[in-house]
Amino acid sequence: MRFSPAQRRYSRRVLILAIVYAALLLSAVYLFARHLVTGPFAYLLGVLPALPVVGFFVAVGAYLVEEQDEYLRLIFARQSLIATGVAMTAATVWGFLEGFDLVPHAVAWAWPVTWFAGMGIGACVNRMVERTAA
Amino acid sequence: MNNHLRTLRAERGWSQQQLGELLDVSRQSVNAIETGRYDPSLPLAFRIAELFGLAIEQVFVSPSGRS
Repeated sequence: MRFSPAQRRYSRRVLILAIVYAALLLSAVYLFARHLVTGPFAYLLGVLPALPVVGFFVAVGAYLVEEQDEYLRLIFARQSLIATGVAMTAATVWGFLEGFDLVPHAVAWAWPVTWFAGMGIGACVNRMVERTAA
Repeated sequence: MNNHLRTLRAERGWSQQQLGELLDVSRQSVNAIETGRYDPSLPLAFRIAELFGLAIEQVFVSPSGRS
């Protein structure tokens, strides 16, 4: 399978962001676990691992803008919509269950993680559609 | 939308990959159009018709069946 230039750029960006995310998260966990940061610096350090995650969403948007192949753009948009549906549904259901004290509290960053899992489901749906009609 | 893309491509002995390269689109796009899973935009439909030297209605079958 050949990749479009936009797909190659997207993959490169996601790879770089994943490396940056791992480095920032490990650094933050190390410093917080040893109580080495306090005050405003703690807030700055706390938000740093979130920035590459935001970058993932920017990369998704950039891909949709840069992809010149209209069909590839369409199937990636479908994949993103499936991911959004999965994440929003999970957040809504969990939120109500949590509100009635039926499940433990879920940290907010669980929902972007769910969204990325939804991207995986969306990719599977796209693959199934491609295979059934090929 | 039904079309004659597969037949036209086969007449010229092109693979989906080759046709994709001529149209500057992916093989998946060609496959999706051929199988009727995806209706191309008007600019892409014109590019396809022009590549084969045909009018759009000679490549794509009008859903109304009037052409």
